[in-house]
Amino acid sequence: MHIPDGFIDAPVSVGAGVVAAGGLAVSLRRASGSLEDRGAPLAGLVAAFVFAVQMLNFPVASGTSGHLLGGVLAAVLVGPWVGSLCVSVVLVVQALLFADGGLSALGLNIVNMALVGAFVGYGAFLLVRLVLPRTPAGVTAASAVAAGVSVVLASLVFTAEYASGGTAGASVGTVAAAMISVHVLIGIGEGVITGLTVAAVLAVRPDLVYGARGLAPRFSGLAPVAATSGERG
Amino acid sequence: MRRLTFGAFLTAGLLVCLALVFFVSPRASGSPDGLSKVAIDKGLDAHERPSAMADGPTAGYAVEGVDHEGLSTGLAGAIGVAATFALGFGLLAVLRRRTGGTDGRTGAVAHPAAEI
Repeated sequence: MHIPDGFIDAPVSVGAGVVAAGGLAVSLRRASGSLEDRGAPLAGLVAAFVFAVQMLNFPVASGTSGHLLGGVLAAVLVGPWVGSLCVSVVLVVQALLFADGGLSALGLNIVNMALVGAFVGYGAFLLVRLVLPRTPAGVTAASAVAAGVSVVLASLVFTAEYASGGTAGASVGTVAAAMISVHVLIGIGEGVITGLTVAAVLAVRPDLVYGARGLAPRFSGLAPVAATSGERG
Repeated sequence: MRRLTFGAFLTAGLLVCLALVFFVSPRASGSPDGLSKVAIDKGLDAHERPSAMADGPTAGYAVEGVDHEGLSTGLAGAIGVAATFALGFGLLAVLRRRTGGTDGRTGAVAHPAAEI
């Protein structure tokens, strides 16, 4: 899903860069208002985990693979503001150290993977949560569904970017059909990985899952007694 | 079941990251991802330019000078895990230090490094 240099023309790339910068500026502002002691190391861990899992390409169809994008996962774990920053950190490191994703396309990639995932994807997570039980299983299922949806959304946003500034000759309809069909499959993988990860963290430290806030105390790991004695734990 | 302490959670999480890049990543699919495949099939890459960072010592998730392919991938992954952790941690630590956090207590200026 990482766009290299030259796929999308300069005006649209610059436009996406402006959108990305604006989105991240809002995230920086909002994240700074909600930081707890453990926020910084947790953000580091979420960025590192998204980076590591993005290296694990899984096969989806003949000669095609997919990998985690991680926007919904990050947003469910640490909230959409910090989560969008975590995925952006991953994209910057990938572009600079590993030449994965073009430097001129960094704004496009931040929009498609960090902002769409952490913001639109997290919105989908909140919507799905409304119709599911307020239990850890409900949070897990909502994160998995939203993660899958976010990948298809990212492929649609790429198609829109291609329609606006694509440098190749393929028709927009052709690109849309090809992108959506393969990203439905990749979205299933995104949903499975996101659901498994959220379930694992909920099992050991439910209090660290931002998207599980508001669950009944017996599910959140913050029973009244533990809340005072174990807060720093 | 006793809950993991935060330090144990953090340590375990980072070990999982390192295990994934060292032991799973070398076995990951080498096929192009969805976008790359569509680009190849539909010719979207007609005007693709190599990244300005393509000659870097870890470009392409391979460490220059390490011949063993799996080890090279794993080391590149470990470098990426360390870099993303440091940058994510550092960014939020700076943000918190500058704004002093918002735990409501005056004087509770953040010293994130002391909290781990």
